[in-house]
Parts: sequence; structure tokens; C-alpha cells
Amino acid sequence: MTVSDGTPLIEVRNLIKHFPIKRGVVIQHKVGAVKAVDDISFDVARGETLGIVGETGCGKSTTARLLCRLLDPSSGTIIFEGEDIAQRKGDDLKALRREMQMIFQDPYSSLNPRKSVGSIIADPFVIHGLHKNEGERKKRVQQLMDRVGLNPEHYNRYPHEFSGGQRQRIGVARAIALEPKVLVADEPVSALDVSIQAQVLNLLRALQREMGLTLIFIAHDLSVVRHMCDRVAVMYLGKVVELAPSQALYSYPRHPYTGALLSAVPVPDPTTARHQRQLLTGDVPSPANPPSACRFHTRCPKAQELCSKDEPPLEDKGGATVAACHYPLSREEVAKNLPMALSAAAEA
Amino acid sequence: MSEPLLSVEDLRVSFHTDDGVVHAVDGISYSVRTGKTLGIVGESGSGKSVSSLTTLGLTRTQGGRIEGRMMFEGRDLVTLPDDQMRRIRGNEIAMIFQDPLSSLHPFYKVGAQLTEAVLAHRDVSKKTARNRAVELLELVGIPDPRRRVDQYPHEFSGGMRQRVMIGMALANEPKLLIADEPTTALDVTVQAQILALLEDLQDRLGMAIIIITHDLGVVAAIADEIAVMYAGRIVEHASTEQIFGAPQHPYTWGLLKSIPRLDSPRGEELVPIAGRPPSLIHRPSGCHFSPRCPYVQDACKRVDPRLAPVPDQPGQAVACLLEPAVRSQIWQGLKDGRESDTLRELASTGAPLRAGASTPTTSEAGP
Repeated sequence: MTVSDGTPLIEVRNLIKHFPIKRGVVIQHKVGAVKAVDDISFDVARGETLGIVGETGCGKSTTARLLCRLLDPSSGTIIFEGEDIAQRKGDDLKALRREMQMIFQDPYSSLNPRKSVGSIIADPFVIHGLHKNEGERKKRVQQLMDRVGLNPEHYNRYPHEFSGGQRQRIGVARAIALEPKVLVADEPVSALDVSIQAQVLNLLRALQREMGLTLIFIAHDLSVVRHMCDRVAVMYLGKVVELAPSQALYSYPRHPYTGALLSAVPVPDPTTARHQRQLLTGDVPSPANPPSACRFHTRCPKAQELCSKDEPPLEDKGGATVAACHYPLSREEVAKNLPMALSAAAEA
Repeated sequence: MSEPLLSVEDLRVSFHTDDGVVHAVDGISYSVRTGKTLGIVGESGSGKSVSSLTTLGLTRTQGGRIEGRMMFEGRDLVTLPDDQMRRIRGNEIAMIFQDPLSSLHPFYKVGAQLTEAVLAHRDVSKKTARNRAVELLELVGIPDPRRRVDQYPHEFSGGMRQRVMIGMALANEPKLLIADEPTTALDVTVQAQILALLEDLQDRLGMAIIIITHDLGVVAAIADEIAVMYAGRIVEHASTEQIFGAPQHPYTWGLLKSIPRLDSPRGEELVPIAGRPPSLIHRPSGCHFSPRCPYVQDACKRVDPRLAPVPDQPGQAVACLLEPAVRSQIWQGLKDGRESDTLRELASTGAPLRAGASTPTTSEAGP
């Protein structure tokens, strides 16, 4: 499924986003910060699909919004096609929007209910002054609707007349209207019914192939990410803890958190579903006050004294996998706790 | 075998709206036994939640028209007077809802909400009720329950709130626990914790559980039996092993083949179910699934199939007009990744597949 040629299209270096926590009514002062994204670095190759997974509060959506520059980073650089876009403003930023577009999670709140579908999809053309001729614009919008599997005759209908899956298609049509190079999809199917999810996933894959899109796919569902992505980054409390090609990540996870996530995924097969799950205790700690050193040490089944003192760097663990862990999982542990990882490895 | 704890017979629930009559539940029957778990699977609008809300008498007030019988230990919950229903609700039958944040009152401490659940059904002192509240928090695995009992819901995380909800539901040791999408709002690691907790509590307390979900993975892990609902009907009902091992209904196949799985080959093409669920006001004629069914025959558009036992599969029932032999061949073909055209042809001619008649679609790009 890869159309990647290996050159990085986006290089993210030491990206940080802290949201200040303020107290006081009139005179506000900063009392702390939510460290939503805390010093992450990764590359996105041209034409690949990079998945970002993690639980609530791990910073995956913030990362998506930073990449699209819907949020201003606190510090760090985002090199896109050789240029740092982290501090872009005004017209330069507007120009960037033609290159990068986003698909949002909730197809109900991300479409203006008072606008017709035709004008929602035409909005990018209006903003960027493209296809100024009315007839031409309409024709282009109808082409887009047809492309994403909507009936072009429904041009004048309003969002409430469409089902959830169709609304998500409207969102996709709007995002590809400017023929961007990068599409950032933030949980694009998690609000949809199971039978509809596959329709949208297949559409995204088809579009990627046809348009040569680079796709950044953010989701909490590890099965969906495995299906869609070439490489996967696992985030925990604002940090990337493991980054690996899909095949490697799912057959031989190195970070104990990745292992626990995989073990927790419910598998629709009663024989594997009833294996002894490796349960994590507790919840994700608050990103306003993350644990010291390795942020996972409070829940980690393998944590040692070192883990609470020294932060493990994100380093090469062999087989194109990078992970931030002092005591990565061994093959024996993976075999014991993740029977389906083994079956995935067997067919590789 | 012992008498079922709850036995639902031909339940129908409809609502009158300005647009017409919504047939939310359209003649479903099922039963649950003590100590067993029934999974009800369906998409939004399949009637899965309405059927269980009706068990608790919660659709009465909303102008619902309820027909059929729901026998719970000799009492018919459909006709039971409101005051008696109130004694069952939260006492003998309890429910957990999807969203723990909106199901807990933000103004009251969790202790107050838990003691209320106890005091509503028991004539005990406030002190006893409070001790019970602490006990319940401990039962559902909340650390430091003596301190936590005096905290407000916003001081709990999502998973902890769901534990509080479960504790509240268990306050009076119900015989039947209904869990409506109990883990949908939670992260996977927390979801695994909550499912393990439910199983553990069932082992210890011996109650029956009805778990309602859209996620086949969730029911695979904990249900003994599964009912698949579509457009207000049960289209397939079988043991968990049968549903995943030898499913019979094209909708069940669709659900199983349209989700990516961790244990399936990577790059396998997903087979979505075309179209979308029908309106419950204007339902399609014949089989309600026929407009979306890839194997639809002429008869399917005229004849409305009823749930009927599957030959040679004790306990399994399906509402489908295809021949059983054809159905098992199509499922085998789906598992082998055969072309959908071949399978459609098989459905119409009934001719058996020849080995190697089509190439299996394996991953389009190698690992």
C-alpha cells in the first residue's frame, strides 16, 4: 500500500506544546502547565501513512493540530518541504493550508449546519480564490462529491440530511478540495457505526493511492491503525514512547506500554479473547503533573528503580524500531502475553 | 436446565412521533439465566438499548407502546404496576450506562449517591448505608475507598467513574445487571480493566449480565450467548463460539468482515456493508436487511424471514432465507477471501464452489 519514496516530507524536531494553567479572576497568573506535547521528534516520509496512537490525554490530537498549525507550538521546529513552518503567520500560513488539510473526528460538529453541502465543500475555493467562475466551481464541487461517494445531485442539501458516514465523506471532500499533499485525519472513524467505518477507511486508502497523499492517521483503535498505517508512533503523556514500522510494532512491540495496549484490544474471536490479559493498573496520570523520568513507570509492570530516576531516550532497539525504555520487552514476554502478536509475526 | 431468570417473548416497542410510528423493537425473544452473560450486538438504531430500557420500565414514560411479555421470576415486567416496578429497578435489576460522567450527579459526593441507592431499597440506618458505600467502592477496586467516598465525581477519572457506576448498580446485589455500552467511552487499557471487573464480579456474586455493545471484540471476551440485532429484530442468536465460528446471517458476516482485526493478515481489504441502516419508520419490505445484503434474492424482497433454528447447530437461530448449505459455503468463501462476485453467484445458483475457482485475495502489498 506504500507509495513512499523514502524522503522525509515533514521533519518534526523537539516539538513542545504546553498549555498554561491560570488562576485568578482579573489578574491571572500562571500556576502550571499541561504538558500536552513534550519534546517529540519524528519524520513523515512522502506518500506514507503514519499512525499516531495513544490513550486520552496522550497528546495525539494536539500533535495533529500542531502539524496543521491550528495551534502554535511552544517551541520546536516543523520542517515541511525544507522550510520551518512552526512560526508561520498570516499569508504564509494561509498558503500552507493548501498543502495540509485536516479531517476531524465528529462529523456532526465539524460541518456548519446552516450551510449547504455545496457551499461547505466550495469554501476552500472561496478562501483561496480558486475557480472564481460560479459554474466551474459548482462543477468542481460535484466532481469532488462524486469522488468521495456522495450523490452530486445532493449539492443543495444541508448536513442534517446526511447520515454520519456521509457527513464524514463531506469532511473528506472538503479536505481534498485543494489537492493537499498532506492529510491529517484525527480519529476519522471513531464516531461512526462499525458497518460504516470500513467504507470511510477504504475511501481514505483509495484517495491516498490516487492522489499520492501523505496521510497522518490518528486513532485510539489499534486494529484500525494497523490496517491503515505503514509506520506507527505510540504516544504516552506527551511523549513518543515507540515508533516502528507496523509489521514490527504489532509482531514484536518493545515498549511495555505498547505491549499493554495491544494486550487490551478486544479481539473478535472467543478463543484468543479469553487469554490472560496483561492488565495495566490505574489510569493515565495527569499531563499537568506527569511522573518523573519515564512517565510510564507508575503503571509499568517492568519498572525498576532506574525508571523513576533516569528518563530513557528514544533509541534504536533493532529492526527499525525506536523505543524509549530501559527494560524493553523480550521475545519471550511478547510470546507469553500477546498470542496474537505471534500469529501476526508468523505470517510475516 | 433451570428456569431462565428473565424470559422475553415477542417484545414489541413502538413510539408515536410526528413523522410516524417508530418500530424500535419489533418482536424479539430471548432469555438469560443466572450466572450467564448475554451479549446484544447492533448498530445505533437497531433497538438494542430500547429493549433493555424496557426491561427496567424506562420506556413507559416516553409514550412507548409495549407489547409482548417479559417474565422475570414469575412477574411480567410489561404489565407490572409502576410501584412494583420501582421495587425491582435498581434492586433486583440494575443498569450501567455508557457515559459515566453524565450518569453521576455532579453536585453530590459519590458516597451520597451510593448511599441513596442503598437507602432507596433497604430500611437501614444512614451509617450502615455509608459503610455499605465504602464496601461497594472497595468491591469495584477503587483504592482508598474511605477517602474517595467523600469526593465528587469530577475528582474521579473516566474509568474510576465507571467503577462507581458499577458499584452503585451492585448496591443491592441485583440478580440481573444490564450494561449498556459500559466501555465505549473508555480507553482500551481501562476498557480491559472494566471487562475483567465485570467478569470477576459475576463469578463472585453469580448474577446474570446482559451486555449491550456495538463492539464484537467486547462480547467475544465475556458473553456466553450473543444476539445480533438489526432494525429492531434479532437476526441471529447463538452461542459465542457459533457466532464467531459459524455465523449464519449476512449481516453478522458483514460485521465480522468490516472491522480490521489485530489477528488478521495486514493489508487485507475490508469488506464494508454497503448503504446504511434503514429508517425504523419506513422499513424495507421483506427482509429488512435485503437492501444492503450482497446475497439478496428476489424472495428476500417479498418474504420477511423469521428467526428459525439452524439445522445441526443446537441453540443457533437465524432469520435468513438462504439455504443453510449455501450459507455455510458463503461463509467459508468469505473466510478464504474469495471474490465477492463468486459468492454472489453462489447465493443465486446454489452451485457449490469449486476449489481454485477464484484466487483468494491476499494482502495487496507484501509485508
